[in-house]
Amino acid sequence: MAQAAAADHHATNTGISNFKLGFWTFLASECLFFGTLISTYMVYKGTALVGPYPAEIFSVITTTVSTTVLLFSSLAMVLALDAVQKANKKAALWWLFAVIAMGGIFLGMEFQSYLKYIDYGLTLTSSTFGSSYYVLTGTHKVHVLFGMIWMGILGWRIYTNRIGPPQAEQVEVAGLYWHFVDIIWIVIFTLVYLIP
Amino acid sequence: MFALARGGAVLLLLLLAACGTEYPQNSLSPHSDFAETIHQLYVSIFWWTMFILAVVWVLLAWVVVKFRAREGDEKPRQIRGHLGLEIGWTVGPALIVIAIAIPTIQAVFATQRPVSEDAMTVEVTGHRFWWEFHYPEQGITTANELVLPVDRPVNLRLGSPDVIHSFWVPKLGGKRDANPTVAVRDGEEPKYNWLFFTPQETGYFYGQCAEFCGESHAFMAMRVLVETEEDFEAWADRWRESPGALPPSGPEQPEDETELEMAGMPVQADEPDELEVGDEDPLVAMGRDVFLNQATCLACHAIEGTSAQGDRGPNLTLFGERTTLASGILENNPENLAAWIKDPWAFKPAAAMPGVDYDMQGTAGFWPATELSDEQVRAVSAYLLSLK
Amino acid sequence: MSSVATQQADTHSGAHEEETGLWSWITTVDHKRIAIMYFVTATIFFFVGGVEAMIMRFQLMNPEQSLISAELYNQLFTMHGTTMIFLVAMPMAVAFFNYVVPLQIGARDVAFPRLNALSYWIFLFGGLYLNASWLFAAAPNASWVGYATLTSSQFSPGVNVDFWFISLSILGIASIAGGVNFITTIVNMRAPGMKLMRMPLFTWMTFVTSFLLITAIPVIAVALIFLGFDRLFGTVFFDPGMGGDPVLWQHLFWIFGHPEVYILILPAFGVISDVIPTFSKKPLFGYPIVVYAGILIGFIGWGVWSHHMFTVGLGPIADSFFVAATMIIAIPTGVKIFNWIATMWGGSIRFTTAMLFSIGLLAVFTVGGLSGIMHASAPVNLQQHDTYFVVAHFHYVIVGGAMMGLWAGLYYWFPKASGRFLNETLGKWHFWTTMIGFNLTFFPMHFSGMFGMPRRIYTYSADLNVAIYNQLATIGAVIFAISAVIMVWNLVQSWRKGEKAPADPWGAPHLEWSIPSPPHHYNFPELPTVRSREPLWNDGEREEILAVTMGEATEEPHMPNPSYWPILLAASITLAWALVMTGVWWVIALGIIPVFFCTLMWGLEPAFPEDH
Repeated sequence: MAQAAAADHHATNTGISNFKLGFWTFLASECLFFGTLISTYMVYKGTALVGPYPAEIFSVITTTVSTTVLLFSSLAMVLALDAVQKANKKAALWWLFAVIAMGGIFLGMEFQSYLKYIDYGLTLTSSTFGSSYYVLTGTHKVHVLFGMIWMGILGWRIYTNRIGPPQAEQVEVAGLYWHFVDIIWIVIFTLVYLIP
Repeated sequence: MFALARGGAVLLLLLLAACGTEYPQNSLSPHSDFAETIHQLYVSIFWWTMFILAVVWVLLAWVVVKFRAREGDEKPRQIRGHLGLEIGWTVGPALIVIAIAIPTIQAVFATQRPVSEDAMTVEVTGHRFWWEFHYPEQGITTANELVLPVDRPVNLRLGSPDVIHSFWVPKLGGKRDANPTVAVRDGEEPKYNWLFFTPQETGYFYGQCAEFCGESHAFMAMRVLVETEEDFEAWADRWRESPGALPPSGPEQPEDETELEMAGMPVQADEPDELEVGDEDPLVAMGRDVFLNQATCLACHAIEGTSAQGDRGPNLTLFGERTTLASGILENNPENLAAWIKDPWAFKPAAAMPGVDYDMQGTAGFWPATELSDEQVRAVSAYLLSLK
Repeated sequence: MSSVATQQADTHSGAHEEETGLWSWITTVDHKRIAIMYFVTATIFFFVGGVEAMIMRFQLMNPEQSLISAELYNQLFTMHGTTMIFLVAMPMAVAFFNYVVPLQIGARDVAFPRLNALSYWIFLFGGLYLNASWLFAAAPNASWVGYATLTSSQFSPGVNVDFWFISLSILGIASIAGGVNFITTIVNMRAPGMKLMRMPLFTWMTFVTSFLLITAIPVIAVALIFLGFDRLFGTVFFDPGMGGDPVLWQHLFWIFGHPEVYILILPAFGVISDVIPTFSKKPLFGYPIVVYAGILIGFIGWGVWSHHMFTVGLGPIADSFFVAATMIIAIPTGVKIFNWIATMWGGSIRFTTAMLFSIGLLAVFTVGGLSGIMHASAPVNLQQHDTYFVVAHFHYVIVGGAMMGLWAGLYYWFPKASGRFLNETLGKWHFWTTMIGFNLTFFPMHFSGMFGMPRRIYTYSADLNVAIYNQLATIGAVIFAISAVIMVWNLVQSWRKGEKAPADPWGAPHLEWSIPSPPHHYNFPELPTVRSREPLWNDGEREEILAVTMGEATEEPHMPNPSYWPILLAASITLAWALVMTGVWWVIALGIIPVFFCTLMWGLEPAFPEDH
C-alpha cells in the first residue's frame, strides 16, 4: 500500500490512489457488461431450435482442467506482485511468465473446444445457443488475451528496470484485472458448464 | 407566474377548440368495454394530476410573487429544513400514488382478463404495411377492414411475419404489439399477444399501426366496422358465396352504371340493355381475365372461389365493399384504385406490391413490374370493385 | 455580500500561465478547456438536431403533405432523437460536470485528465461519424430505439443502421470513461473538510449520474454488440425465425434507456439545486433529503424499464410490478420539487436569467412529470404509448427539465468560465422566447396525441382533424428556434465584450466562487479547507478560504502534461469501429493495431512532469 500511495501524487480522500479506485470503478462497469452477456445466455439457453444442445457437447472434465489452469494463474499473479513489491526482479519475471503461460494454455484448450463444437455443428449462426455461447465466451477470451498482452508489457518494463517497488501499483492493478477476468470465468463455468 | 397564466390560457383555448370537432381516432371516446375501462381510469388520474399541478403552480406563483427581492431586504432567515414538512410532502404524494396505483392495477387485470367462452377469435397479422384479418371459426380472411359483430366479445391474436407492428383502434382497443412470431421447437406453441374486448356500439372506427415499422409506417392504417349480428353474418355469408368466381346472374345490379360513370367510362347507350338482362359488364369480364390469367396478381392475392389463392398480399374477396384502399389511406373508388395499381409507391413507398410503371427503384426481392395497358388497369379495378 | 468579492485578481502574469493557440487546445488536458469544447460542440449539434426538427415540423404542419420523402423523414426523426440525446443533452451536462465539479470540490483537475480529453475526442469523432452518414444519404432510419427486427439486415439492408450502432458504441466508450473519471474525482479529490454531505448538490448529482453511466452504458453496449453480430456475422440474437426474441432487444435497450432518462435529468436537478439557493439567499431546504431523493431516483430508475414496454404483452403481473415501481419514483421527484419551492419560500428572490430558467424548469417539468404519471398507469399507457402525447411528455421532461436546467447553469457559471456576464437583457429574451416557443410547440402535442396521432409518422390523414395542433406546434417551433439563435448571439457577444464579472458575481455559497473569474489553469493556488455546506456564506470561513484561493500559486503548481495521445487514441478507436462496418474479420483486426499502439504510447507517456 505504501508503494501504491507513493506512485500517486496527491493524497486522496480515501487513501486509495486514483488509478486503483478508477480501475475498481471500471471493473464495476465490466460486471454489468458480463452480467448482460451472461443473462442473455441464460435467457436463450433453452431456445435453440436445432442442435447440438448444451448437454450434448460440453465436456465438464476438459473445462474443469482449463478452469483450474486459469485459477492457478491468479495465484501466480499474486506471487508476481509480491515479488515486485519485494524488489525480486527475477521471481517477478518468472511468475509473470507463468501467468501468461497459463493464460495461453487456457486459451489453447478453449480454442480446441471451439473447434470440437464447430465440428459438432455448433457455430455462431447455427442457433440462439451458438450465438450467445460464442459471443459470451469469446468476449471473455478477448479479455484474457488483453490481460496476457498487458502482463507482457509489464514484464518488459520490469526487465528494463522501469517498474520496481515504487511502481508496484501498476502490477497490482493489472492483477485486479486478471483476478476479475478469473472470477468472471468462474461464474461462466458454473452457469454455462455445470448447471445442466 | 406569467408562464402559468399563459399555460392556462392555451389550455383553455385548446379545450374549446377540441369541443365540437369530430376525431375519428380519438382515444377519449370509448366504444368498447376495454376502452371504457381505460377511459374511466384516465379520467380519475387526470383529475389527480390536475390537482397536483394546481398545488405546485399555485405555490410556485405565490412564492415568486411574495418573496421577490425588494429594496432594503433583510438577509432572509437561513432555514435548513423541517422534518414535519418533509414527512408531509413525502406521505401526501405517496397517498395519491396509492390512490392511482390501486385502480390502475385493477384495470391492468381487467384489460388482460381471461377470454370468455363465447368470444370470437380473429387472427390479426401486421404486415409491412397492411393488416390481415383471419377468422378461423368462419374460415374468412380479409384485409385492412376488420368487420366485427356488436356486443360479442372478440379475441384478437396478434402476430407478424416481419417487424413489430402495433394494433391500435383507440375507440375500441389497443394498443397491443403484433410481435414477430418467434419460431419454437416442434411440439411447442408459439407465443402470441392477445387483445380481448367487446364492441358496444355499431359504427365505423379508425385505427392505425402504432409501432414504427419502416418507410411507410405512416401509411398503415385500418378501419373497423362494427355491425349488428345479422349484418355480420350476412357479410360472412357473402364472403363464402365467393362473388368473384362467376358472372353474376339475376337482375339486381343497380350500381354498375353509376360505377362506370365514376370510373370515367363513357356509358354507351346500347350497353344498359345488356346490363338490364343481367349480363356482365364487359369491362369487369376483361378485368377478371387480366387478373386471373394475364397479370401476376394472383401470385400474391386471393379471391375466394377463383384460381387466385396467393397469400402474400391482402385477400381481395368482397373488395368492392371496402371503403378504403391500401390499408386505410385512400378512398376506395375507381380512380384511386387504378392509380394505385399503376404506381403503389406513389402512395406507399416500399410497399411490397409491384406497380405497372414502376422501376423497382433498386429494391430486389419484390415481384417484377406488371405490364398492363391503361385499359387493362381500368378493367382490373372495375373487376375488383364489382366484388361485393 | 457580493461586493466583498469584487477584488478580481487581475495579475495574470508569471510563469504558471497556460499556453494558448490551437495546438494547446488539441493537446489540452485542462478540465476547464475540455468543458468549453464539450459545450461548444454540443451547442453545434444542438443546431444540427434543431434543423432536423424544424424540417419535420414543416412536413407535419399540414396533413398529407409531402415536402420531403418518407424515407428522409424517417432519417430525420431517427437522427433528431439520437443527436439530441447522445450529442446534446448528455455532453452538455458533461461540459458542466467538467467545468464545475473540480472547482466545487476544491480540486486542481479531474482524477484522469488525459482520460477526460479522450472522452471529449471520442464524443466529437463519434458524433461526426454519426452525422457523416448524411454524406452518403444513408442516415440511420430505424428510430433512436432501433427495435429489432426492423434493424436486421433483412429489413434494413443499407448501411444506415450500421452508422447508428457503430457511432453509439463509440459514444458509449466516452460515457463510461467519463463516469469512471468523475466517480474517482469526487470520491478521491475533495479539498480538506469537503465531506460528502457538504458537497454542493450539483456535485452530488454528477456523482449519482456517473454511477448511472458506468452501469447503464455496458448494457446498451452488449445490445449493440448483439445487433452488430446479427447484421455483420449472421448471429441470430434477434432473428425470430431462428428462435431469437426481438423483445430481448427492447429489454436491453430500456434497461439502459430508463437510467439514461435520469442521466439526462439529474444534472439539471443538480444545477437548479445550486442556483435556487443562491438567488433566494437561503440555503437549500432539506439538503440531505434532496441528496437522498436524488440517489433514490437513480436507484429506482433501474427497476422501471418495462414501463416503456406496456404494449409489448408482458402479462398483467409484470405490468403491475412496473406500474408500482414507476409510480414510486414520482415520490422522490415530488419531494425535490417541494424542497426547491421551500428554499424560495421566505427568501429574497432575484430574477436573474439563471433563476428564471430554474423557476421555468419547476413550472414546466412538473407538467412532464404529471403526464408521466398518466402513462405510468399501464392501461392508460395502452392509449398513449407511441402517440404525440408521449412526444409531448418527454419533450417536457428533456427540454423543460434537462435543457432548461442546463441553460440555468449556463447563465450561472458563464461568468466563472469567461470572466464576463452573459447579457441579462438578451438572457431574458432567450428565456421568454424559450418558454413561449417551447410550450407552444409541445403543449398542443398532448392533444394531437390524445386525438389519435401516432408518433414517428411521416404524415397524417386530414380525417384525424389534428392539423390545428400541428400548425400551432410548427409556429411554436419557429419561436423556439429564434430563442436558440438569441442564446448563441448572446454567447458570442458576451464572450468577447460582455460586462466584466468579479470572482463571486452572484454572492453564491460554493467554492467555485472563491477563485478568480476565469480561474487560473491550476484552479486553486493552495487547497482551501471547508468547514460547512455554504463556506462562502459563513463569516470567518469565507475570509479564510479567500485568503488561500485569491492569491497566486507560490510554487509551480503540480499540473498534468498536455498530451496528443488522447486525440490520436480517439481517432484510432473511431477508425477501428468504422472498419467494423466492412464486416470482414481481418480488416477489423487490422483496425485494432493503431488502437493498441496509441494505448501503449499513452501508458508509457508520463502524465505528470516529474514522472520520468
